[in-house]
Amino acid sequence: MRRSLYPLLALSVSCATAGARQAGAPAPAPQAVTSESSSVMRPQYPTTYRRHPNAAVLIRNATIMTATGQEIPDGSIFFKDGRIVAVGARVDAPANAVVVDGTGKYVTPGLIDDHSHLGVYAAPGTDAESDGNEATNPVTAEVWAEHSFWPQDPQIPLAIAGGITTIQALPGSANLIGGRSAILKLIPARTVQEMKFPGARYGLKMACGENPKRVYGRRGGPSTRMGNMAGYRSAFAQAEAYRRRWDTWDKDHKGDPPERNLRLETLAEVLRGNIYVQNHCYRADEMALMEDLAHEFGFKIRSFHHAVEAYKIADLLAQDSTSVSVWADWWGFKEEAMDGVQQNAALNQQAGGRPLIHSDSPSGIQRLNQEAAKAMYSGQRAGIAITRDQALRWITINPAWTLGIDSIVGTLEPGKMADVVVWSGDPFSVYAKAVQVYNDGWLVYDRRDAAHQPRTDFELGQVPAPGTDR
Amino acid sequence: MIAVLLAQTIAITGGTVYPVTGPKIANASVLIRDGKVAAVGSNVTVPADATRIDATGKWITPGFIDGGGQMGLVEIGAVEGTREGALRGDSVAAAFNVAEGINPASTLIPVTRIEGITTTLATPGGGANLISGQAVLIDLDGSTIEQMLVKSPAGMVAYLNEQAKDAGGGSRAGVTERLRRVFNDALEYGRRKAEYSRAQMQALSAAAADLAALLPVLRGDQPLIAVANRRSDIATALRLAREYKLKLILAGAAEGWQIADEIARAGVPVLVQPLDNIPSYDALGIRYENAAFLARAGVKVALLETDTHNSRNLRQQAGNAVSYGMTWEQALRAVTLSPAEIFGVADRYGSLEPGKVANVVVWSGDPFEFTTGVEHVFIRGREIPLKSRQTELFERYKKLPPSY
Repeated sequence: MRRSLYPLLALSVSCATAGARQAGAPAPAPQAVTSESSSVMRPQYPTTYRRHPNAAVLIRNATIMTATGQEIPDGSIFFKDGRIVAVGARVDAPANAVVVDGTGKYVTPGLIDDHSHLGVYAAPGTDAESDGNEATNPVTAEVWAEHSFWPQDPQIPLAIAGGITTIQALPGSANLIGGRSAILKLIPARTVQEMKFPGARYGLKMACGENPKRVYGRRGGPSTRMGNMAGYRSAFAQAEAYRRRWDTWDKDHKGDPPERNLRLETLAEVLRGNIYVQNHCYRADEMALMEDLAHEFGFKIRSFHHAVEAYKIADLLAQDSTSVSVWADWWGFKEEAMDGVQQNAALNQQAGGRPLIHSDSPSGIQRLNQEAAKAMYSGQRAGIAITRDQALRWITINPAWTLGIDSIVGTLEPGKMADVVVWSGDPFSVYAKAVQVYNDGWLVYDRRDAAHQPRTDFELGQVPAPGTDR
Repeated sequence: MIAVLLAQTIAITGGTVYPVTGPKIANASVLIRDGKVAAVGSNVTVPADATRIDATGKWITPGFIDGGGQMGLVEIGAVEGTREGALRGDSVAAAFNVAEGINPASTLIPVTRIEGITTTLATPGGGANLISGQAVLIDLDGSTIEQMLVKSPAGMVAYLNEQAKDAGGGSRAGVTERLRRVFNDALEYGRRKAEYSRAQMQALSAAAADLAALLPVLRGDQPLIAVANRRSDIATALRLAREYKLKLILAGAAEGWQIADEIARAGVPVLVQPLDNIPSYDALGIRYENAAFLARAGVKVALLETDTHNSRNLRQQAGNAVSYGMTWEQALRAVTLSPAEIFGVADRYGSLEPGKVANVVVWSGDPFEFTTGVEHVFIRGREIPLKSRQTELFERYKKLPPSY
């Protein structure tokens, strides 16, 4: 069975608890006592992802950037049945493999954006498609981004053409606790379930600072940063008690199960370590407070997102093993974003942290490679010795780690999922474009072949068909 | 500023010069004297008293011009107290010239100019306007507004896109009806000022000051910068320009590529942000190739970076315009000489020629590439220190913990 090929899948099964099951993990054998009466024992919106059948592919004579420290000139990569089989200077491939001449081209892992609102803030950007913020309560841990996600968002093919193969689709930042994220393979699909990354943990979107204050300041609060902190603490204090009740019942399943509370169920999963906290936070001092919140309740913050001031506390963040998901150069659009510097990623790398470049933008997601290039060269020009491999990691394996899927994707290594991008040139050049994008071995985009340029339903009959370029 | 007043001679020698008005010149020099370009070429005589800057291996271009954004008019996007770019509650704000809203001490100015952008348009807008006011062209150096101004006004900004519909009563047809009424009233006001003063005129559709401010536009002396994206809206702008004999500049023009020939025939220049491609009902046909297709049809194109805080990314916009079909030379022209021509300052700006204002940038390589850094920036002949609030923050925190 294909699932067992990916180590994390097995892990996620063991992590599953009665509180909320991991997507993709099969529900355990129903307990005789409760199977008919308890929804919690049934599958929770499981993934229906299936690998698209494809011919084996050999790309040769290309510069292969593996994101494992290697850049192989005149190299080859062979993948088959959705898995990378071999990478190197010389690679054996069977005669029936489709051969792609990579002369002058570069090959990287599929890019991963750990901060996207594709599908939840879909184009054409009308109120009707605005499904990213459940701004009705400052704590909405019970909502799931996948329940808003529209697979026909015309922004999806644009991002695919930029070499993106996996995204984390997040709720917005209006709320202190905004809800669960969805980790998705970026492929054409009819339903979000078909896109759900098999075995991936959910993320929990949390937000610091100005946004929750602004949204709720005149609607019952919080209206201050201290109000924000009190809001997180109250929510997690309730979740602690909820978790205890369920964990006790889970031991022997005696008596009626506790009543389900969807909000606390998600937070209890955070406390169990099964859901990763993805925390929108700009200011250095606030990030330090959020780390203390995490210590108080015994969870880890997986990544600070936007983290415009992360460079000021890069040493502290490295100590806490919290990654930082940053832009190359966004700044100034609000007060907590005033202290942006172009060396943010580089300084965090220098401090031993785990920086990565995210987009938070349907436009930026189309050129994550360019954003990484800007951040790398800004660092280099300021005297920080960032390598090309490190910068590539900012858009591949580091976001994969942040999402907990780094054993499956994010590098070009035998055994990993065949998420592969062929670039027209050095991906850190402004003039380079993705020419082919393979997702799990499936050629989802080919710049030179209209048959491999997927279009959403939305585009048909109203958005002019692209020529050779989009 | 004192430096500008001093008679100073600077010789940038040994670089590859891109004058824009002609082919690149290898191993050439640019001589700057008293804030102006004094000489350009491969056999320039360098005076003995000149300050020499060795540009061997470097690229030398005119300073880039961003034809969009709100430089000096916004400090923090979400902090209203720092925004000066839009008038509220006035859908016809033609008399509103943004110049006196400009803050020469804005932190955005050093952040932008040290990356080679030396001149920008400061544009009124952001409200629900039909006519948002008068844009001005500024150099990114100077301690007073007067010192910064290159041209004021540089154009009158009007909206013919979805955003204007509220001010037009909820319909695109209402927008044009209202605009025509305002234009007609302005013309009539111009003819009958005396009667207006004696209160012998019917009620007009806008305040007298706004109508008066439109007269230079209706005489064809001042350009009308019309923001329009949908093909039909662009066609409407062209129609209005024909009716009123306007000197039109199209801005945005997302679907302009679909009627590029018509725009070219009308001789109307276009301001384009190359990296716009997210479809909306205002522009379902938006695409990366817009700038290239317009240029290919013979339209004069200037490129924009409309995110004021990242006006420095005009370089990236230009590089991507090349990726999506412009020639490199077209893209360079679209961030230098073309905007200077479009805003009527090409006699002073946009190329490296004797007599022009010495806005000059020395780059380590191709200015559109990420590898390239800025080595020297001159604005009106003054060498700009490569410092900004951001470089100071970096210096403070490059070693942790910082010393305060």
